[in-house]
Amino acid sequence: MQNLGIRVLFMGNNFARLLGGLWITIRISLIAVALSIVFGILLGMLMTVKNPITKALTKIYLEFIRIMPQLVLLFLVFFGLTKSFGINLSGEVSAVIVFTLWGTAEMGDLVRGALISIPKHQYESGAAIGLTKWQVYCYIIIPQILARLVPLAINLTTRMIKTTSLVALIGVVEVLKVAQQIIEANRYTVPDSALWIYGTIFFLYFFACWPISLVAKRLEKKWKTA
Amino acid sequence: MEPIIRVENISKTFQANNGQVEAVKNISFSIEKGDIFGIIGLSGAGKSTLVRCLNLLEKQSEGNIYIDGKNLMKLSSKELRKQRQDIGMIFQHFNLLMQRNVVDNICFPLEIAGVGRKQAKKRALELLETVGLTEKARAYPAQLSGGQKQRVAIARVLANNPKILLCDEATSALDPQTTKSILNLLKEINQKYGITIVVITHEMAVVREICSKVAVLDHGRLVEEGTVEALFGAPKTEEAKQLILNTYA
Repeated sequence: MQNLGIRVLFMGNNFARLLGGLWITIRISLIAVALSIVFGILLGMLMTVKNPITKALTKIYLEFIRIMPQLVLLFLVFFGLTKSFGINLSGEVSAVIVFTLWGTAEMGDLVRGALISIPKHQYESGAAIGLTKWQVYCYIIIPQILARLVPLAINLTTRMIKTTSLVALIGVVEVLKVAQQIIEANRYTVPDSALWIYGTIFFLYFFACWPISLVAKRLEKKWKTA
Repeated sequence: MEPIIRVENISKTFQANNGQVEAVKNISFSIEKGDIFGIIGLSGAGKSTLVRCLNLLEKQSEGNIYIDGKNLMKLSSKELRKQRQDIGMIFQHFNLLMQRNVVDNICFPLEIAGVGRKQAKKRALELLETVGLTEKARAYPAQLSGGQKQRVAIARVLANNPKILLCDEATSALDPQTTKSILNLLKEINQKYGITIVVITHEMAVVREICSKVAVLDHGRLVEEGTVEALFGAPKTEEAKQLILNTYA
C-alpha cells in the first residue's frame, strides 16, 4: 500500500478536496441545465412561430452557438466582456452563462422538433374547448413533449457535466483542476499518482451521471404507460 | 325563427407553396336548432375546413358566420373562447389526455371554466352514465377501445353544456358496429338535450343513419342541400349520385 499511488487520495484532505471540486462541476451543470430547460422550451416555442424575423433570429442564434467551440464562448464571455465592457464576472458565473446559452440552443432545437411532431388536431381540440393559446401549451402540448424530451434532455445533461471540465481554463477550480493540483503537489513523493487520481475522477464522473440516466429511464417508463 | 348557425358566402383560401388553394368557395347555408345536419363529401372536398370555420379554428377569408345571431368575426378573443365552450367538437382521433383517467378527462373543461372540483366530479359521473361507461371511471385512455374513447370524448364535450356539437369524422376510425352505437348515442344526446349536431363525414351510411338534413360538398363548392329523404330519393346532382352509388357499390 505504501508504494501505491492511491495513498495520495488519503493524504491530508485530498479526497474531500476532490469531492469539493466535483460539487463545483455539478453545481455549474445543474444550474445551467435547469435554466436551459426553461429557456429552451421558450426558445423552441418561439422557433415554431411562423414569422420570418423570429425564424431568422433563432436560426442565427442556434447556428452561432453550435458552430462555436464551447471553449471559445467561455473565453469570449470571461475575458471578452471584461476587456471590452469592463464587466467583471467570476469564472463560475461566466461558465453558467455559457453553458446556459449552449444548453438553451440545443434544448430549443429539441423542443422545436418535439413540438412539430405533435399533430395539429391536438392544438385544435384544445382550442375547441375554449382554452387560451397558453393553456393549450400548458395542459396539452408540454406534457406530451416532456415525455418525448426526457431521453434527449438527459443526454444533453450528461454531455454538459462532461464539458464543464473546460471551465478549468478560465480559472474555475473544479474537479479536474483539483486533481491536477494534487498530482503536481505530490509529483516527487508519489510519482505514479496520476493514474490513481484520474482513475478516481473517472468513477466520480460515472457516479455523477449514472443516477441521472437511471432517473431518466424511470421517468420515460412512467410517462409512457400512464 | 333565427337559425342557430347561419353561414353567409364564406370562402377560405390557403397560401400553399405552389400558389393559392381555395378550399371553400362561396358557401351559404343555415342549420335550424335541434337539427342533425350532415356535411358529406370526398376527402379534400373542404368539409373539415368548413366545420373549422364554424368555431373559428380557421378564419374564413370572406363571408360571415352567425351563431345564435352573433357574428363570430365581431367577437373579441375572450368572447370567442366563451363561445367555443358553447360549441363542442369531437375528432377522429379522440384527443383525450393520456395522463388523466376517464373522470379527470371529463372534469378538465370544467376545471378550465372554473367549476369547483367536487361539483365537476359529480357532473362527470352523471355524464359517464349518459354515455354508458360508468364502470370505466378510473380507467386510463390507453386501456379503452376506440369506441369507448369516443364515448369519453363525447362526455367531455357535453360537460360544458354546449348548444352545438361539431363531429369531425368522429366515427371514421371505428368499425361499423361501434360506429352504429356511437351514432345512436349522438341521436340520444340530440333528443335528450336538444343539442344541434353537425356531422362531417365521407360515409353516406352515417348521414342516412342519423341526419335530418344534409349538404353535399365537392371541390369546395356546395353542390346540393336538402333533407336526407330528398337526397336519397332523387339526387339532383351528379356528385350526390356518385356518393350514394359509392356507398352501395
